[in-house]
Amino acid sequence: MTSGTWPLWEVFVRAKRGLSHVHAGSLHAPDREMALRNARDLYTRRQEGVSIWVVASEDITASSPDERDSFFDPAADKVYRHPTFYDVPEDVEYL
Amino acid sequence: MYGNDFGQPGATDSRAGAPPHPLNAAETPDYTDALAEYFDGLIEQDQRVEPRDAMPEAYRTTLIRQMAQHAHSEIIGMQPEANWITRAPSLRRKAILMAKVQDEAGHGLYLYSAAETLGVDRSELLDKLHSGRQKYSSIFNYPTLTWADAGAIGWLVDGAAIMNQVPLCRCSYGPYARAMIRVCKEESFHQRQGFEILWVLARGTKEQKAMAQDAANRWWWPALQMFGPPDTGEHASTGHTAQSMAWGIKRFSNDDLRQKFVDMTVPQAQKLGITLPDPDLAWNEERGHWDFGAIDWDEFWRVLKGDGPCNEQRIRTRVEAHDEGAWVREAADAYAAKQAARHEQGAVA
Repeated sequence: MTSGTWPLWEVFVRAKRGLSHVHAGSLHAPDREMALRNARDLYTRRQEGVSIWVVASEDITASSPDERDSFFDPAADKVYRHPTFYDVPEDVEYL
Repeated sequence: MYGNDFGQPGATDSRAGAPPHPLNAAETPDYTDALAEYFDGLIEQDQRVEPRDAMPEAYRTTLIRQMAQHAHSEIIGMQPEANWITRAPSLRRKAILMAKVQDEAGHGLYLYSAAETLGVDRSELLDKLHSGRQKYSSIFNYPTLTWADAGAIGWLVDGAAIMNQVPLCRCSYGPYARAMIRVCKEESFHQRQGFEILWVLARGTKEQKAMAQDAANRWWWPALQMFGPPDTGEHASTGHTAQSMAWGIKRFSNDDLRQKFVDMTVPQAQKLGITLPDPDLAWNEERGHWDFGAIDWDEFWRVLKGDGPCNEQRIRTRVEAHDEGAWVREAADAYAAKQAARHEQGAVA
């Protein structure tokens, strides 16, 4: 087996406490432990993170770009979910 | 380290042709037109294209070729500088140089990772590099003869690379743009450490000054060639510039970037007390830019096609490193298998 057949892992890095993990990129590794170590060497050489997640790329389920319209459209006609939808007097404070 | 895109005319890696008849709705002309409209809309609005979006096959192959060439340049670029790690003049310089060479490996991996989002495998790209079917920047086919070359590479080669790469941070393909943001942040350390090496030598003994000058003499012209062939003339029509600019992959033309680099570098050379090896270099008041002499494009094409001082050595070293590193990959596999077996045993017990 060579690196060509090693699975792909997606790497997420938490830059500092209080922030979410953010996708940084991907890498190949034979298992999750080594993926984590490689991710440390590859994506945090300058202390860019305090925590790392690695997820096997094949375990991610994603929405399909082909269905983007039908998938996200149901939210488009519900403007009343936004606070600016409402007509209220201008001189009311803390609203 | 490098972010331009040019190949020899006709040398594209196109994929196998589509079947003659549509197999399903997704291959009918109506559907294809709708996708093309969506893609054109994204480009027109300067939005980013993301991995699973529909995109023209030519856009995809152009990006794969450019990202692969860029990634290859990063990892081949480790060699000229690694040549001086064991002979760096101090522990400080040695630690810096090791960190820089590690960064180049990292940049290569960011870019292979970005290329893989287009459905190509890293091992396939490495095979193409090893067999000479994909190129890397011709700058790395020059030797590093003295310690001052480590300085000249950081100052001139990384300086030129930054000029090329900063606009790529706004490239239309999302993963490439994001990888370039990481790369550019790290490159500025490379350029500054190179300048510092030359700054120290330029204020040193007569021999050290001569060494700095000699390195600048040898790296100046190849650095200008890094921006690729001129926008007008013989090779312009065969290049990818026009299409790449229309697609938002490239933001400035080769000549524009080269001029910016010259304008940025001349005052730095003056500060260093280094004379750039071009008698035609002169400030042009009217243009508001530095004029510079003619570039030897015959040399550029010769080196790109394989006839540079180090082409053979660079690929041989790369292939050897890959082959002789096989045991490390095998050991990693064995370790993973052992851990998995232990985990399974633990679960049963």
